[in-house]
Amino acid sequence: MISGKIPHVSSGTLQNSFDRRTLVVAGLQAGVGVLLAARMAWISLAQNEKYTLASESNRVNLTLIPPRRGAILDRNGAPIASNRADFRVDLVPDRLTDPDRTLAELGRLLKLSDVRIKDLRDKLDKAHGFQPVEVAAGLDWDSFAAISVRLPDLPGVLAQRSFSRWYPTGPSVGHLIGYVGPASAEDYEKERNPLLITPGFKIGKDGLEKRFEQNLRGTPGARRVEVTASGKVVRDLEMREDIPGQPLRLTISAPLQDYAARRLGPESGAVVVMDCLTGDILAMASMPSYDPNSFSDGIGRIEWKMLSDDDHVPLRNKVLRGLYPPGSTVKPGVAMAFLEAGLDPEATVNCAGGLRVGNRVFGCWNRRGHGTVNMAKAIYQSCDVYFYHFAQQIGMYPIASMMRRLGMGQKFDLPVVAQSYGTVPDPAWKQRKYDKPWAVFDTVNATIGQGYMLSNPLQQAVMAARIASGRLLQPRLLLDRKAPEAPSMGFSQEHLDYVHKAMSDVVNGPGTAGRARLPMPDVLLAGKTGTAQVVGLHISDGKSGPWKYRDHGHFICYAPFDKPRYACAVVVEHGGGSAAAYPIARDVMTYLYDPAKAMEVLLGMEAGWGGTPQERLNAKYRAYETRFGTSAPRPTEDDPVASADARAEAASARPLPEQTDAASPRPEDPAPAAATLAAPASAPSPSASEAPR
Amino acid sequence: MRAGVIPAAIARQPWGIILPLCVLNGFGALVLYSAASGSWTPWAIQHLIRFSVFLLMAMVIARLPRDLFKLAAYPGYIGLVFLLMLVDLIGAVGGGSQRWLNLGFMQLQPSELMKPAIVLVFARFYDGLPPAMTQSWRSLMPAAGLLAVPAGLVMLQPDLGTGLAITFGAVSVMFLAGLPLRWFLGAGAATAAIAPVAFFTLLHDYQRNRVLTFLDPESDPLGTGYHISQSKIAIGSGGLFGKGFGQGSQSHLEYLPEAHTDFVFATMAEEWGLVGMLAVLFVFMLILRWGWRVAQNAPDRFSRLLAAGMTCTVFFYVAINLLMVVGLAPVVGIPLPFMSHGGSSMMTNMICLGTIMAVDRWSRRGTGLAG
Repeated sequence: MISGKIPHVSSGTLQNSFDRRTLVVAGLQAGVGVLLAARMAWISLAQNEKYTLASESNRVNLTLIPPRRGAILDRNGAPIASNRADFRVDLVPDRLTDPDRTLAELGRLLKLSDVRIKDLRDKLDKAHGFQPVEVAAGLDWDSFAAISVRLPDLPGVLAQRSFSRWYPTGPSVGHLIGYVGPASAEDYEKERNPLLITPGFKIGKDGLEKRFEQNLRGTPGARRVEVTASGKVVRDLEMREDIPGQPLRLTISAPLQDYAARRLGPESGAVVVMDCLTGDILAMASMPSYDPNSFSDGIGRIEWKMLSDDDHVPLRNKVLRGLYPPGSTVKPGVAMAFLEAGLDPEATVNCAGGLRVGNRVFGCWNRRGHGTVNMAKAIYQSCDVYFYHFAQQIGMYPIASMMRRLGMGQKFDLPVVAQSYGTVPDPAWKQRKYDKPWAVFDTVNATIGQGYMLSNPLQQAVMAARIASGRLLQPRLLLDRKAPEAPSMGFSQEHLDYVHKAMSDVVNGPGTAGRARLPMPDVLLAGKTGTAQVVGLHISDGKSGPWKYRDHGHFICYAPFDKPRYACAVVVEHGGGSAAAYPIARDVMTYLYDPAKAMEVLLGMEAGWGGTPQERLNAKYRAYETRFGTSAPRPTEDDPVASADARAEAASARPLPEQTDAASPRPEDPAPAAATLAAPASAPSPSASEAPR
Repeated sequence: MRAGVIPAAIARQPWGIILPLCVLNGFGALVLYSAASGSWTPWAIQHLIRFSVFLLMAMVIARLPRDLFKLAAYPGYIGLVFLLMLVDLIGAVGGGSQRWLNLGFMQLQPSELMKPAIVLVFARFYDGLPPAMTQSWRSLMPAAGLLAVPAGLVMLQPDLGTGLAITFGAVSVMFLAGLPLRWFLGAGAATAAIAPVAFFTLLHDYQRNRVLTFLDPESDPLGTGYHISQSKIAIGSGGLFGKGFGQGSQSHLEYLPEAHTDFVFATMAEEWGLVGMLAVLFVFMLILRWGWRVAQNAPDRFSRLLAAGMTCTVFFYVAINLLMVVGLAPVVGIPLPFMSHGGSSMMTNMICLGTIMAVDRWSRRGTGLAG
């Protein structure tokens, strides 16, 4: 074309330029068309498989149906944990568009209290987006219907029929059974199972529910549905029923367990009942407890406040995790050790309120002395001097070995989450642990169940059962097969009869627990009291003053005394002495033979306590809610029960403080104790004060 | 040709464009019928009614004389700029973006009308410009002003898509008017240099997100990448022959957003497959080819530029929408002409085609009539 500094442009050149540029533009447009066609072919042909899959996974929603959890049954088939069909409402945080409005609307429809809404908000804050948050379960049809019709306006809200775990006796089985709750983020990380984030699914969080999670869980059902983008179900495509989890049959007797837990009343303590023929654990109650029914939706602010305010450690399973000096309940066992070592039971010692060893005098609990004491009297009167005296002769090893044979310091093969097993000290143990030689006061302490000697209530029950039966009974919790025949302990029947008679005299003779006699003529209870000091005399006398300084009360027993059938151990933490324990044991044993009579006694007592543990917990919750409302602090632990157990584990792993002296034996009964105190001029008192303070 | 059989008035009609349009709109109505779960209401029947009305309108436009177009170019442009200012003003007072003027009987979107109007005014401007001046700055500066005012007002609304459509129409006319090539190359280079800066300073957050999403749609498939992901799933799952009429799960189960408007092509693709897509592409090719033919055969510079500019405007709609739907362009709210549900775009595109039909008529009658 024309080139130069000033190109000449005419309409002709413009026409040419137009024609050329038209071709260029149209060509470019055609190019875009080809690009589009190629892209369409690429997506729809080459990537067809990928996108078909994506389209199907859009269209079809696989909903897991949480399986019905296996029931936990007692030895007679009565449900301890079962499932109730109900209606529930959940939130899926990811799908919420306006959490505040949704929560307000749910609160209005379900009439939730401010505290509940605040708890929900806490849970929403903490939950990962995919983790469903339970709003309410156990709804009636009307509330459910009210939510259901508004679901289109409440994105992220799910309302469905489901099965909820139900514990008919609530707090009575808390520690034994545990509870269920929504899976935590950690649980999900571990298992990567979509069932865990299915709304309405719960996993075992403590106790047997946790231990037998895999057996109880079952297999989820599934529902394939066609859904719209907003989650509306268009039609069902396929449905598979769930397979319920396997039931779990326990050796526990549900009514007895409930009775034992309720009979503990406001005390902090534990009751264990064992079958002397099979080793079956008929009851293992630990109180105070939590209500597993109310824990299943997580632990709210009020519950958290109640738990952290309670010095009775309601989260600790005291049967397995509570370690206490067993006090004088070890004496029948020590007596067995003496008999095995060849001591004549009729050999006597004179108790004048204390025993002089070298230049030290070790006091008996009865400062006035028991006079001439043989083995039987030493048991039924719980004479400390007798045991001090013969322990010096026989030595610590036979005693420690007998204690271990009877179950002290032992961990049992039980399907529980954790056990603390305490200590049976002996000279080698002390040397190893503290690098110190065994001292006279160590033997003195051990023979009266103080000092380093620590046990849990289950061990005490096993000890009672083994002494009662003369057999090496193993505690059993699952009723899954025939109880194995327990081998003999190898005790001579003569020795057993002797100790049994002495233990019967504790209750039915001139012993320390006359008031533990069963209210029926044909069944005689045999037992042994124990009062274990918690702090030295210089801090507290163990009977009055601050609760945490009071003595622990113990009682081990079995019945009938001449034909042992049931053994029982009761511990009342800081109960002030054995008098707090044996009435409980008496009533629990009465319940085994005459439930109506025992229940009558209990109902009378509960009237004074403010109802059953369940009712008292509910009342306490209401009081706390009124008092603290939403100002209660939010829970700082995700799983307080597990945390409490971790603390118990840490505590039992910590070495005991080194014992530097003999414990001062405590009076077995408040009444005689008062008498002792009332006798100021009794002879042994000065010698007792010789002990360095 | 067959004057004896068919009346002259009918034979005279530009069937080369009317037939493809009828096919496309009929098919569009079918897709809308399916998108409404097999119902003529609310979209399909309205689509057909609108098409009929606007086709009639296009035929009326086609009968208008060239002088009227030339005469109306500047006043029409000024009137629309005034309406755009009004819209922006109402938007500023009411708070938030405003694109509509409520006329009582209908919602008027002045920015839509500006798309053909800018082409008209540019064709008029370059027609009036002496050929020698096309190489000088005098050919650029007034045009730049003519473009900057409406484009700026539309972007303020903010409506990036329409702003770009207006700019595209204007620049196309400038290019075809024979302005020096180096200007376009220079402007292209400058745009490439400024774009990153503009991206981070001028764009609104939501516009920026759309672009980012376009670059990596899988990064947030449930958030801003949702549109593109779902559209690709719809197209990809259709395969060669589609899932069958009324069988598209993506659209019927509401996974595909805007299934009857901006993403109607994906709705169609899911049910008709690649075959349907290529068919639609082919019909658009016929329409655009017809536009170019008319432009090439146009009797004078004004008609040429007018027809070519209108063709480019229609092309811009089609190309941007399809590129967006198949995931090659960011999500901008531009519907697919003659298939998407919506009156405004149908009106704009029919004005464009009506104008081309007018040019076609002028060229058939020869240059004599309209001097």
